[in-house]
Amino acid sequence: MDNFVVEVKGVSKVYGKMIKTVALHELDLGFTTGSFNAIIGESGSGKSTLLNIIGTLDRPTKGEVIINGVSTRNLSKGRLADLRNETLGFVFQFHYLLPEFTALENVLMPYRIVNGKVDRKSQARAKEILNLVGLEKVENNLATNMSGGQQQRTAIARALMNQPKIILADEPTGNLDSQTTDSIYQLFRKINQERGTTFIIITHDRRVAEKADRIVEILDGRISLDIVK
Amino acid sequence: MKLAFDIALRFLKSSKGQTALIVLGIAIGVSVQIFIGSLITGLQKSLIDKTVGSASQITVSAKTDGDFILAPQAEIKTIKAANPDEIINLVAVTQGPAILKTADQSTTIILRGFDWDDAQGIYKIVDRMVNGELGTNENEVIIGTDLSENLNIRIGDSIEMIIPNGKAQQFLVTGFFDLQVKSLNKSWILTNENTVQAFLETGEGVSQIEMQVNDVFAADEVATAVEKRLNDDTLVVTNWKAENAALLSGLSGQTASSLMIQVFVLISVVLGIASVLAISVVQKSRQIGILKAMGMHNPKASLVFLFQGFLLGILGAFVGVGLGIGLSWSFATFVTNPDGSSLVPFYIDWIFIGISAGIAITASTMAALIPAIRVSQLDPMEVIKNG
Ligand SMILES: Nc1ncnc2c1ncn2[C@@H]1O[C@H](COP(=O)(O)OP(=O)(O)OP(=O)(O)O)[C@@H](O)[C@H]1O
Ligand SMILES: [Mg+2]
Repeated sequence: MDNFVVEVKGVSKVYGKMIKTVALHELDLGFTTGSFNAIIGESGSGKSTLLNIIGTLDRPTKGEVIINGVSTRNLSKGRLADLRNETLGFVFQFHYLLPEFTALENVLMPYRIVNGKVDRKSQARAKEILNLVGLEKVENNLATNMSGGQQQRTAIARALMNQPKIILADEPTGNLDSQTTDSIYQLFRKINQERGTTFIIITHDRRVAEKADRIVEILDGRISLDIVK
Repeated sequence: MKLAFDIALRFLKSSKGQTALIVLGIAIGVSVQIFIGSLITGLQKSLIDKTVGSASQITVSAKTDGDFILAPQAEIKTIKAANPDEIINLVAVTQGPAILKTADQSTTIILRGFDWDDAQGIYKIVDRMVNGELGTNENEVIIGTDLSENLNIRIGDSIEMIIPNGKAQQFLVTGFFDLQVKSLNKSWILTNENTVQAFLETGEGVSQIEMQVNDVFAADEVATAVEKRLNDDTLVVTNWKAENAALLSGLSGQTASSLMIQVFVLISVVLGIASVLAISVVQKSRQIGILKAMGMHNPKASLVFLFQGFLLGILGAFVGVGLGIGLSWSFATFVTNPDGSSLVPFYIDWIFIGISAGIAITASTMAALIPAIRVSQLDPMEVIKNG
């Protein structure tokens, strides 16, 4: 039990005031440090809602999320922002880069949010990560001047920049071809193994899910299946 | 700080058209302010200069008409001591009415005499000479251009003047002056001190002591100080402000209306910036959402927009100052009197320009306040959800 880096305790999420949509039903879920997890489920089942609550971007209606042993329930907006910056890395389904900045600058952004200025060491690390995702050739391209796959890989590099303990990815390869998809999952696996980073990935790709250590299936806001290999 | 500033700069650079539009808006506002401000100031300065620049601003004279100030040099010392920093160009003037007779005409004039060197301060006679020379010898006079034309008098002519007590004398005309005021050019005949004192039989006495002050608007205060210092019932002290009340109230009305125009220009500039920045918050909400999701704090996200307002203000003020000075200069250069001199002289008041620019920068930053508040209220979930 102590080993959970992310713990979801009795989390419910209800949308709407007049017409209530229950997106999550008192979910209990824990993810161990260094694990590689896939979340599957049909559209509208509550996957993104769960991930956003874990990522502290959204607050649960009931229950609490414990990250790294700290309950996020009573943290201020500023503390939550710091937690996201230091502990979590996000990869969204639509890459969400800052189009005004280059690939390298986008990767450095999480670092600059805490430290303001870029030093030589962080610059070197950003370049190293871009190498890792195979983008050294386009590191000075504006985000808008890259292909979809390159943008997605830049977003992954950005998620790795502050060496977070946890990476949350919502259909990170949803709109990429199968070859790029494969290479990105290989990259995730490599980081997971080399750095012990915990991955929680939403995917509707069964093939991808089967490569995970654990598959959690959500159905109508409840856990319908939880397979640990 | 640095990051917020860099992001602000990048946002502005990435939408160049929009940035240029706001900068132009601010610049036009600032330039209108500077143009109107320097136009009004220049206008007022030249008006005041024309009115009192070459005239006595404070005059000390005998209370009873026709009496003389008997010891002018001692009085001048006392007057000067009343406010040595302000009082300049003191000159003792001896004057009296006379009838000028030529062969076929006669006209009433005022004969004024003073030390040519002392009078240079107020009247700048040397520069106002159109023809001939100052009459430095006994019984030499200079007359105005209009008088010379009206009576067809030439340099070297001899003219006869008669004063009220019946005394008549011949004088030699040595030159013509143009004081740029027609009434003076028609009615004044100027001469040296000895000639006038001998003709009017005043001995050492003079009619009045005239002076100017460094700050023309302080003339009334200085006049009061002079009066106190002299402490003499037989003398009266007058100043130009007391005699030009209508002009002064006109000027202050003008200042007030120019201030009104400037305030409204400022308001429209602020509204313009605020609305464009508000639109840009909507345009950049995606970026702000991402930055917040990555852990940027609300105040810093707001700072990005305050910096944008600040940068736009600086840029707009800079362009506006250039535009405003250019506009004022063109107006002074191309809008001219029939004689080619500018209608309103080119006048730059750097303090006023600095204040205008400062107000524009402050106002632009303030205008960014509402967008900045909206930014801090933006929930990153909105962006993540809606793509
Ligand atoms: N802001 C909202 N207001 C009301 N209902 C919402 C809101 N956001 C999500 N929902 C509802 O909550 C449920 C879960 O949504 P969620 O986005 O988590 O689904 P998902 O599993 O991620 O689906 P997909 O695979 O299509 O992305 C859905 O029924 C959805 O309609
Ligand atoms: Mg989803």
